[in-house]
Amino acid sequence: MIEARGLVKRYGQVTAVDGLSFDVPPGRVTGFLGPNGSGKSTTMRMIVGLDAPDAGSVTVGGRPYRSLPWPLREVGALLEAKAIHPGRSARNHLVALAQTNAIPGRRVDEVLELVGLAAVARRRAGTFSLGMGQRLGIAAALLGDPGVLLFDEPVNGLDPEGIRWVRTLLKGLAAEGRTVLVSSHLMSEMALTADHLVVIGRGRLVAQTSVEEFIASHSGRAVRVRSPRIADLVPALVTTGATVEPAGDGAVVVRGADGPAVGDLAASLGIALHELSPASTSLEDAFMELTAGTVEYHGEVAGVPGTGGDGQR
Amino acid sequence: MTTTGGVRSPAPDPVAPAPPRPAVPEPPGGAAGFGGVLRSEWTKLRTVRSTTWSVVATVVLTVGIGMLATGMAASHWSHRSLIDRLTFDPTSRSLTGLLFGQLAVGVLGVLAISAEYGTGTIRATLAAVPHRHRVLAAKAVVFAALAAAVGEVASFIAFFTGQAMLGSGPPHAALGQPGVLRAVVGGGVYLALLGLLALGIATVVRHTAGAISAFVGVLFVLPLIVQALPTSVQDAVDRYLPAFIGAVTTATRPGAHRVFAAFPTWAGLGVLAGYALAALAVGAWLLQRRDA
Repeated sequence: MIEARGLVKRYGQVTAVDGLSFDVPPGRVTGFLGPNGSGKSTTMRMIVGLDAPDAGSVTVGGRPYRSLPWPLREVGALLEAKAIHPGRSARNHLVALAQTNAIPGRRVDEVLELVGLAAVARRRAGTFSLGMGQRLGIAAALLGDPGVLLFDEPVNGLDPEGIRWVRTLLKGLAAEGRTVLVSSHLMSEMALTADHLVVIGRGRLVAQTSVEEFIASHSGRAVRVRSPRIADLVPALVTTGATVEPAGDGAVVVRGADGPAVGDLAASLGIALHELSPASTSLEDAFMELTAGTVEYHGEVAGVPGTGGDGQR
Repeated sequence: MTTTGGVRSPAPDPVAPAPPRPAVPEPPGGAAGFGGVLRSEWTKLRTVRSTTWSVVATVVLTVGIGMLATGMAASHWSHRSLIDRLTFDPTSRSLTGLLFGQLAVGVLGVLAISAEYGTGTIRATLAAVPHRHRVLAAKAVVFAALAAAVGEVASFIAFFTGQAMLGSGPPHAALGQPGVLRAVVGGGVYLALLGLLALGIATVVRHTAGAISAFVGVLFVLPLIVQALPTSVQDAVDRYLPAFIGAVTTATRPGAHRVFAAFPTWAGLGVLAGYALAALAVGAWLLQRRDA
């Protein structure tokens, strides 16, 4: 269980995280979703005590991270891909981390096996691809067999097979009753991986909802319409307050009016319809709509520490 | 680990397999302590090539330059003035290479922490050990042990090879003579303390190049600035300079190094230890309060 209450983090003039409160309960994958620069990485660093909040607090299992007696045995975090000394082997990198929390060397070999790096464990990490670096970061997170796991953009740099592997891994970890928080700026990825969403934009909470609710409330509100007299129908639709845009294949997508309303309107005007179907808004669209107003912010402050991108400081 | 209320586990199966062995055995109890951090820091230090290279460079520079300096002294001995011959210090001369070895030790001290910032591993390190002062303390202990061992080895080898290089002309030193053992041991201690100073500087600066520049500045640029000052001021300030303390530490007879202005050997090394501790203390304070 992760509980954030009123988290605030400022970097100079820029407020990266602005009064953020959310809960991450155990037993399910919680997607931490927001555009680049919305404060996801900063929040994750605050959870593991790397950055100190300017206000508010965050606890893991009811305790501040810094007071955990065996941090790696309780919380595992993948914060940055390839945060490895290029001259050190993957195994030695993990051994050094394991020793701080009295984790035996046998467990190091286990996690290397688990992430598929056993064969290259003794190679210098400088030769690793981004994907291998991600796998090593995931191995480090799993090292202490912790009940709480944080992954910041874990699929970056992974090939399709690796992405599917991460998805399965995250779901498996949650199914074992662990608390899993995984950040992404891709709604489509979260739709496949997460059960629950914490959506942020501009450092503020935008939504905290289950993925099903999110999908239900953000799709089916648009209708695809095809008609030989579409040019007569569109002005009539617009006067009712609906918005209309071409779908590109001769049909139009109508928002702000449901199927029956469009059908009734067409009938009252004597216009024949050749198609009237719900058009599922893509989740990506819904996400964009939800976080609109946070996107230009990205452009304004690109390059400011802690807001310029994920994991880049 | 318990499952959430929403997921009911089925009734226990009479032939259910034994629960799997925990992936990570229980910790010894209490909380993570300093011993594990020490082991971790030693692992980090010994598993990168830059450590090997720095150690080799320290020994090679200290011994090699010492051999060169003593060899030169031997070959020019017959042309030396009487004053030169009377003030010749075979111990100090054989330890000339420390002046260069200290650079390699300094680089090692800097890299011990700046490499963590450069590669981003500092975040994994500090997440594993949220008591950050322990990380720096462990780095300092492990590094000091290695640097002292390397420093003593380099200093003793340089002394013996240097005496051998002196040949038949100049006087030789032996460890039994007054002040000689102190000078040779002190030379190794000097290297270790300078390395710790470099570690402290790097903890404050957090960048490899910047920290090395600052370290070189303290060693070589500061004396140049002091030299530009009036003599009366120089005498008051010189004794506090690390490079001057090094020169005095390895000297066994007065003359060459305006010894009247100097602290006694161990007091001088004490001053140097004070610098290293001060730099480490500032570093520890910043490490604790800065975001990683």
